[in-house]
Amino acid sequence: MSRRRSPWLTLSTILVYGFLYLPIVVLVVFAFNSSRQNVVFEGIVNRDACGPFYWFCRVFQNQDALDASVNTLKIALTSTVLSTLIGTMAALALQRHTFKLKLFAEASLYIPIVIPEIVMGIGILVLFNTVFRFVNTTFDLAPAQRLGLGLGTVIISHVAFSVPFVTLTVRTRLHSFDRAVEEAAADLGANAWTTFRRITLPLIMPGVLAGAMLAFTLSLDDFIITFFTNGPGSTTLPIYVYGLLRRTVTPEVNALSTMWILVVLAALVVSNRVQRRVA
Amino acid sequence: MRESKSVQGTLLATPAMLWMIGLLIVPLILIVVTSFGQRDPDGNVIYTFSLHNYIRLAGIKTNCGDGAAVCFDSLYLRILVRSVGLALATTLLTIVLGYPLAYYVARAPARRRNMLLFLILIPLWTNFVIRVYAWIRILRAFDLLYTPQAVLVGMVYEFIPFMILPMYTSLEKIDPSLYEAAADLGANSLRTFLKVTLPLSLPGVVAGTLLVFVPVMGTFVVSDILGGKQFELVGNLIQGQFLDARDPTFGSAASVILMGMTLIVMIIYTRKFGFGEEVAIT
Repeated sequence: MSRRRSPWLTLSTILVYGFLYLPIVVLVVFAFNSSRQNVVFEGIVNRDACGPFYWFCRVFQNQDALDASVNTLKIALTSTVLSTLIGTMAALALQRHTFKLKLFAEASLYIPIVIPEIVMGIGILVLFNTVFRFVNTTFDLAPAQRLGLGLGTVIISHVAFSVPFVTLTVRTRLHSFDRAVEEAAADLGANAWTTFRRITLPLIMPGVLAGAMLAFTLSLDDFIITFFTNGPGSTTLPIYVYGLLRRTVTPEVNALSTMWILVVLAALVVSNRVQRRVA
Repeated sequence: MRESKSVQGTLLATPAMLWMIGLLIVPLILIVVTSFGQRDPDGNVIYTFSLHNYIRLAGIKTNCGDGAAVCFDSLYLRILVRSVGLALATTLLTIVLGYPLAYYVARAPARRRNMLLFLILIPLWTNFVIRVYAWIRILRAFDLLYTPQAVLVGMVYEFIPFMILPMYTSLEKIDPSLYEAAADLGANSLRTFLKVTLPLSLPGVVAGTLLVFVPVMGTFVVSDILGGKQFELVGNLIQGQFLDARDPTFGSAASVILMGMTLIVMIIYTRKFGFGEEVAIT
């Protein structure tokens, strides 16, 4: 079956790929702009010791940008670990057990897919505000001890929208899983825990890793939920950039974004290698 | 030992259930409750049962200025209609632009397929706000910045990968021998496409629609950055009520309506085409 593809198909594919990469190319090019206003490209910057990488050097002197990057990573890593654990457990429960409320559990995991994120975001904000106000006034906490929005609330919220996606991913893996190998392990005298650790876990590992990758991506990329749940000291990269857009945006933002793209790409290549080895 | 004891299942599912109840279901109930409340002069919520937020959204006013008892202002209805229209247009455009690409990747040799898929995913890993920001320069060069078209371009760009991936999953599953069979039976390529490819790839299109339509309905970043203040969507309206204007009760009412509209459109759509099972794969 080697029918030739229509040239129109190839052309439209190339054009859509071009569409996907055009903004990224522009973003990177403008990171080298000599104009501080960064509206039009006025030539390659060449200042100080850093030369064309002037804006990249500036990023490293910008404490806000560095803090935002660190926060983003902290939030993404913590919420990925938590949601992978919780989501995998739920996947095992839903795929292999019958229990009360199973139908409810199944249905509730679809909520984040069918409800716009902003609704979830403000709902969580209203919830946190209500709970915090209640706790703070009931226990009459001193200002320093008062509960408020921060890293913790962002992480808890990220876990909430990541869990369903981890569960879905792990379930598809469990679905194509031959339970005979587990029964064989049991027949050979392995107890339930050993069977899980030595047989089940290694076999579903690619699914778990894919779920973790998805959770990590969702957390890194999230803007809306973070926007409503962040507080002092928990500004993430998207929130930081969004805040800058209201003022002047120097090529520093482009430099920061370019470095971010490179870091993510490197991480992707590494994780792809790891995943391939596990699978 | 196919089905194990229910205790173990309950225990395994408990953390996820706690999270879903605490951070999804309770917040949704809170929004519905808040939407019937009222705001006191300090911006705090008084919980009552009042429909005035919904009446305000419908555009019915009592302080009209010209002496009339009741008058009508379509401001909020226009915002709602605009949001649905934009979400539909974005969904349609992502299908039209994404389908050929998904088809191309699905029919590419296996070795190149992963690379091509990877290329679709990379832009996704660069962060939503940065991607929108990157469009400012391009749209300005075409004199399109702060126009409705700019918002449409931004939305299509942000969400097209979520349409391509499930469509790819469906297209990739089609057995190539079906194409041969169609050709052997004398079908030309158009007929093969209409009778074989399209029906078999429909679950992917449905799943993609779910993954594009719902988020577009609730996004305020794209319209905020690329549309300027003129192109207000429900998302912008809600965001404003929780920040600048500070009337959470009105913002909650707008959220309830947004949720309702999204669900209605999705129910009508899934009734017609079935629930996209490909959501589970992506």
